Amino acid sequence: MYSHGSESLIKQAREIQEPELQKFYSRIAKLLQGREYGHETIDSLQRLYLILSATKYTRMLPSELQKRLLSLLLSSSVEQLQVLCSAVLRETLPPSGQELNFNQDTSSLLSSHAAVLLLSQTGSRGDLSCLSAQLLRSLEGRPSEGPAHSLTHTLPIINTILTHSPECLTEDHVTLLSKKLVDWLRYASIQQGGGASSGGFFTGPRSRQPGPIAELDGTVSGDFFTVLCVGQGFTEDQWMNVYSFSMLRHWLLTYNSTSGGHTTGDTASRLQLSLSLSHSHSHSYDDRSEVDGSVVSMVSATSSSSRLLPPKERLREKAFQYCQRLIEQSDRKAQKRTDTELQKACLVEAVCILDSVCVEDASLVYRAFPCVKALYGRLSSDLSFARVLLPIAQFYLNHGEMAAVDCECVWKLVFGRFPAELFNDHFLAHELLQFLRQNLGNLQLRVPQYISSFPNLLKFLAWDSPAVVDDFVDLLPSLVTAGTAVELLHSLLDLPCLSATLVLQLRSMYFPISEPGGRGLLSLEAFRSPSYRGLFLFLLRGEAGSGDTIARLNKLHELLAEAVDWARVVQCAQTVPVLLHVYFNTVITVADEKLLAQLILVLLERSSLLFNIPKYIKEIHRVFSCHLLRLCKLRPSLVVDQSHELLEFAGTTANVFSKEDVFTHVVWVLGEYLSVSSDSRCSVELITSCFESLEAVLFEVTSSAPPPGEAHAAPRVITSLMSALAKLASRSHDLIPRVSLFLSKLRTVTRGGSVPWCSNEEDIAAVVTRGEELWSLLKVPSVAQIVLTPPPHVTTPQWHRDTNAAMPLQLRALTSLTQSH
Amino acid sequence: MVHCFLIHTICPINVLGAGESRVLYSRVFGPDENTLDGDLGPEERRLLQKEKLLVVARQVRSAVALSREASGQVVVETVPGEEGVALMEADSGVLRLRAGDPFSGERSALWLGIQSLGFTLVCEPHENLLLAEGTLRNLARHCLEHLHMLASGSEVLLKSDRIDVLLSRLLPHGQLLFLNHRFVQSLEKEVTAYMAK
Repeated sequence: MYSHGSESLIKQAREIQEPELQKFYSRIAKLLQGREYGHETIDSLQRLYLILSATKYTRMLPSELQKRLLSLLLSSSVEQLQVLCSAVLRETLPPSGQELNFNQDTSSLLSSHAAVLLLSQTGSRGDLSCLSAQLLRSLEGRPSEGPAHSLTHTLPIINTILTHSPECLTEDHVTLLSKKLVDWLRYASIQQGGGASSGGFFTGPRSRQPGPIAELDGTVSGDFFTVLCVGQGFTEDQWMNVYSFSMLRHWLLTYNSTSGGHTTGDTASRLQLSLSLSHSHSHSYDDRSEVDGSVVSMVSATSSSSRLLPPKERLREKAFQYCQRLIEQSDRKAQKRTDTELQKACLVEAVCILDSVCVEDASLVYRAFPCVKALYGRLSSDLSFARVLLPIAQFYLNHGEMAAVDCECVWKLVFGRFPAELFNDHFLAHELLQFLRQNLGNLQLRVPQYISSFPNLLKFLAWDSPAVVDDFVDLLPSLVTAGTAVELLHSLLDLPCLSATLVLQLRSMYFPISEPGGRGLLSLEAFRSPSYRGLFLFLLRGEAGSGDTIARLNKLHELLAEAVDWARVVQCAQTVPVLLHVYFNTVITVADEKLLAQLILVLLERSSLLFNIPKYIKEIHRVFSCHLLRLCKLRPSLVVDQSHELLEFAGTTANVFSKEDVFTHVVWVLGEYLSVSSDSRCSVELITSCFESLEAVLFEVTSSAPPPGEAHAAPRVITSLMSALAKLASRSHDLIPRVSLFLSKLRTVTRGGSVPWCSNEEDIAAVVTRGEELWSLLKVPSVAQIVLTPPPHVTTPQWHRDTNAAMPLQLRALTSLTQSH
Repeated sequence: MVHCFLIHTICPINVLGAGESRVLYSRVFGPDENTLDGDLGPEERRLLQKEKLLVVARQVRSAVALSREASGQVVVETVPGEEGVALMEADSGVLRLRAGDPFSGERSALWLGIQSLGFTLVCEPHENLLLAEGTLRNLARHCLEHLHMLASGSEVLLKSDRIDVLLSRLLPHGQLLFLNHRFVQSLEKEVTAYMAK
């Protein structure tokens, strides 16, 4: 698809030299001077466009050429020329000082392509205001004959202006447009437009009597025109109906400022309306909205009272009716597949509009809810409508409480079935997570299922990590609560396993019978076998609370061994460290001491129980180390509290090699915080037993080569062991001789040259240097104590309180304040 | 509102670095978001806009690559005439662009990956994605057909006015339209008439 030819074209366009370019400009200028524009002109313009757009640096056109192109854009009737001139002018800039000046007179004939240029080069909000004023004037005073083609792009332009600066439309403009929108939405013609041979833009009688519009399933339409109505051709106001609905939601959201001052009369009539939901058969089309039909029906009766409403409220009412009609129309079976898709999109839009209209005017909730509830009932069992059910869930969330409706079933669907069965639908995942993000506060308050369904929500992450990890970085903090913290940590660590399991689940669905020699055979077999079912079912659980993790975790890892190089699993594993950081940053804000202690235990336990993806284990260890440090720094008494488990970990020599990072930090933490100043429960016996465990490990590591298959222990491990021992000794002075002895022996041994436990000379030198420093420090025990176990007021300085340190600081501050004048 | 429409490469290109993408067509709708607030000169604004589009193209490129890798899908080259097949086998997805990365507000980038080219629509977060998806597919189908993109020609570069006209009918000024098949037919007639010239 993308060929060498295209690449070289772009290269040529970028590298064209200035003289050649100028020659090209003059050639085009000459071509454009004639009246007729042939193939060569078009071709040259296209090449000019390519030259200008291929580079991100702006090229300026000669001003004569620029002027010529602009006048062509405004005056030519050949669309191709308009398009090309617009495109070329968009890629360059007007000569400085000369802004785009569109004549007042020509504004009513401003073609779509000219408008594109104007919008893209608008310099300020003032320009946009002018443009919007012009457009609305053209809408107001437009004659009803003649080709109305130019009118249809007005609404999209206005919508663009709204998006960028809503204040460009004055109050009058808003009122005018509201009235127009009501006309187009509710009172568009319900006869078919002109014949199919033309574009259908001509109104007025034709020789063949046009029939009425039809619904998507072919039946004759019985109510007002909407986007879900079809005909052979379309009248102009039917086109405007489409354009109006397309921008309706945005319009309503933009001008959602509650105008206030609803009269009680209005409210009363609205309550009356809540009893009637039937649609009318309005037969008079010549009358516009001011004189509504004489047919007796509930809706016309209500619309006569709505005639009294101010324009904005009237638009709201009509929008409401339109959406109700769309919802009803979407129940019909469309004849074309694209129309079925459109029905879904219309349902989403209709529910969203109903939602925003009800937010604006709470009395409409009582009318809207039966409709939405019926829709929910219709769609809730069909998972192919899942994306339509999300706006419905939003509606329930916003208005369910007011209407006193039970929303349980909705949440069961959104947090239960959707993640469990549709985790592989990219779009649903995106929209559901967006829904969660945008309603986080509300959900946390009112929907307990949100937090308890985190195992289900994690399935989105496990399946398509790169696409949704961003959303989870935002959502994860809300899922971390005291009740879920431990289980959540385990779930995060097992995310790659969940990923593999989901792959197996899908594969098992698509290939119900095992194929011999197929890929993933072993794990798929295991997935299907009843004896391991429990393991997988635990991973696939939908709700939290049934246990933190499973006992046979390493069995699970074994069964899934061949999944370690599946792309999906690897991608998932790469996102886990990020999420763990987010997790730990949040958990320290919600956890009490007891929970933090539990978390440390989980850290230690899981550091040896991780899915064996290359680099995954190392990364997780790094995260663990970092946060172990932070936890202990925050609550130093944790170390004494959990000393037993920490010592068990630190006393196992194998951990030096298999979990080096974590080991180093555990040792450091023991050395630093196992003291009376951290926790008064710390006894001399505890210090001594810790010392002995660490000493034993240090002896073992420095006396022999590493076990077969393992690399040499990093010097950092050894130095941290030495430092820890020294620190402990400084707190219990009778241990000092033992340390000193060891350190001097170490120095002697390493003088010999090579040692079995380290191959690098620099490393040995570093270790020895540290040993010597500690040895000399320990020769003066009182100094060692202060250096190695500094009292709190040294480690947490509050210098502004210290009389000696405060004075220079104060002076410095005052000086800088006075000097900054 | 759709903020912009892009056609860019999603396959590795020799002359570019890994992960880079070549933008073949780009169209931003409406005023430049930098215009109304910042105080950059017009040239700088244009440069900034082009660079932002390039950032989006690159992000979509990596999203597509990761998605294809995860699904283990093998990209099959189709020949001209098989546009329908190419479209059916296309992978699609949506990417969240955080506020500031690269646009000042949050956006969603809807993408459709057809072999080595990607079609991307950048929308506001509250946009009707179902509608946007349908529109994107329609646009892609027309581009494939009218620009013969499955062949190895360069019409997408030399006949970009066709894309402009397509957009002016199906996505005027970035407005997504609720078009049933009859309205679509009517617009497509105009488009085909234009393309025939």
